[in-house]
Amino acid sequence: MGRLQPYALFAAAIVLPLVFSNGGFVNFLADAGAFVLLALGLNVVVGFAGLLDLGYAAFFAIGSYTFAMLASPQFGIHIPFWVMLFVASGVAAVFGILLGAPTLRLRGDYLAIVTLGFGEIVPQTFLNLSQWTGGPNGIGSLDQPAIFNFRFGFQALPYYYLILGLIAVAVLAASNLRASRLGRAWMAIREDELAAAHAGINTTTTKLAAFAIGASFSGLAGCAYASKLQLVSPDQFGFNVSVAVLSMLVLGGMGNIPGVIVGSLVISSLDRFILPQLTNFMHGFGISIDLTNSRFLIYGVILVLTMLFRPEGLIPSRQRKAELRAGPDVLPAEQTLYTEAAP
Amino acid sequence: MALLQLESVSLHFGGLVAVDKLDFSVEAGSIVTMIGPNGAGKSTVFNLITGIYAPSGGRITFDGRTISGLKTSTIAAGGISRTFQNIRLFAFMSALDNVMTGEHARMRANVLDSLLHTPAQRAEERRVRERAFELLRFVKLDHVGENYARNLAYGMQRRLEIARALAAEPKLLLLDEPAAGMNANEKGELIDLIRRIRDLGVTIFLIEHDMRLVKQISERITVLDHGEKIAEGLPDAVCADPKVIEAYLGAPA
Repeated sequence: MGRLQPYALFAAAIVLPLVFSNGGFVNFLADAGAFVLLALGLNVVVGFAGLLDLGYAAFFAIGSYTFAMLASPQFGIHIPFWVMLFVASGVAAVFGILLGAPTLRLRGDYLAIVTLGFGEIVPQTFLNLSQWTGGPNGIGSLDQPAIFNFRFGFQALPYYYLILGLIAVAVLAASNLRASRLGRAWMAIREDELAAAHAGINTTTTKLAAFAIGASFSGLAGCAYASKLQLVSPDQFGFNVSVAVLSMLVLGGMGNIPGVIVGSLVISSLDRFILPQLTNFMHGFGISIDLTNSRFLIYGVILVLTMLFRPEGLIPSRQRKAELRAGPDVLPAEQTLYTEAAP
Repeated sequence: MALLQLESVSLHFGGLVAVDKLDFSVEAGSIVTMIGPNGAGKSTVFNLITGIYAPSGGRITFDGRTISGLKTSTIAAGGISRTFQNIRLFAFMSALDNVMTGEHARMRANVLDSLLHTPAQRAEERRVRERAFELLRFVKLDHVGENYARNLAYGMQRRLEIARALAAEPKLLLLDEPAAGMNANEKGELIDLIRRIRDLGVTIFLIEHDMRLVKQISERITVLDHGEKIAEGLPDAVCADPKVIEAYLGAPA
């Protein structure tokens, strides 16, 4: 990839809603952007550190509710949006550590199941703490961001630029982390936890850092998404959200930032455009199947197809491609052992 | 005073005694070897030293401090590095990244430095990268620095593991069967490498089965059988010890 390519893409993303200024389209872009943020955060946990998290939506919920409770008429507290970005990502990070700590000894399937549990518990808790969270109705009329006297209002465009800015920050943060002492430690843990510990890596704090940083990204996403929607409610953060974000990673290419972005854009547009369009198209032929109702079936089919034909994802990292394409031991130690060992 | 000292160290798994009241020490600057039949508990001793297992009894001291019960990463950062009987490299990281990871405990960049790539962080990365290259040169792998560890030939992987261990600048290097699977040529190079490492001032404690190699480099040999020390001393004397011969070949009829 060229060095300038990210900047060119960023410039294109700035111009895009000015060229295609249809309100519905810009609205879609802003929502898709929030999911790009989520995918970038989950990528730190799953892609970099190799910790399978099936309950990532919990942190999205925590970020959103933090914003909702501290910037709405709910308690009459109105902390400015820009401050809340830091607060919400901080709160999400703290919960990342709290929820990460009990799972540190777990690996693979066991870790996945525990995180799945957290993902269910958190929205349930928000549902039942109705004196603070408004229960099933959630919290409404959330504050809107403002820059000096300019209030964001109900147009999608300012939110789009806000989320684009957050994505830029997240991409920069994730790629810096990847190429650092911490990023190497995450990779080492993913490759071989025992060997990593023997290299002097404190696996406890390193894994907690992954959970915390991954969660903090979803805190940002939660703030932006909630303020745009003006509403939070428990049903926005179900298991389907965790699965959708994970599908974005798998489809796009786990561990690789451009891949993750493309994966989440593909899934989002599938959801908003491709399925409704196909449904309309089929209606035209007298076939009345609503594909949008079977979106999870379709995600599933896409994942199975990805695993069969391109297990490394659409735009994989060099590493993951090698890992999944290498097959069983290219240079097997055992073979060398038997052919070269002195008698 | 000895660099590493095991005092009456035991390890029990339920009723099974894996290591039984082992007394053992390694002097600074020496090359010592532990031998013994398969299943004697040699690798378990390494695992006790590096904190994978906490001893059921006894005490391990290193460089004047008690290390038994500490976390593996703390012990590693404190100056004990190791290689593994079955190579455990970071398979899908480059050879260079493997060695740089070995320097982890010596680096200072915290989360914020890593996030922001501060000037200090960049300077440290450059230093660490250069030092990793030096180490690759030291084990004659500088020409394959960008390759994934997994794609290196077997003998190279063994050397890369040693380079990663040295990256932590250990005082004590534990080598678990470093010559396993090597041909005569590679073994010769390994002996040379081990001596060069000792010349850097690193104390070496190895487990090895190849007696020719053991006799050529070790200054002292300890023999372990069923978790117990059955002999200790100079290579020739130990090999002639009837108890050692019995452990390997069985009692005379």
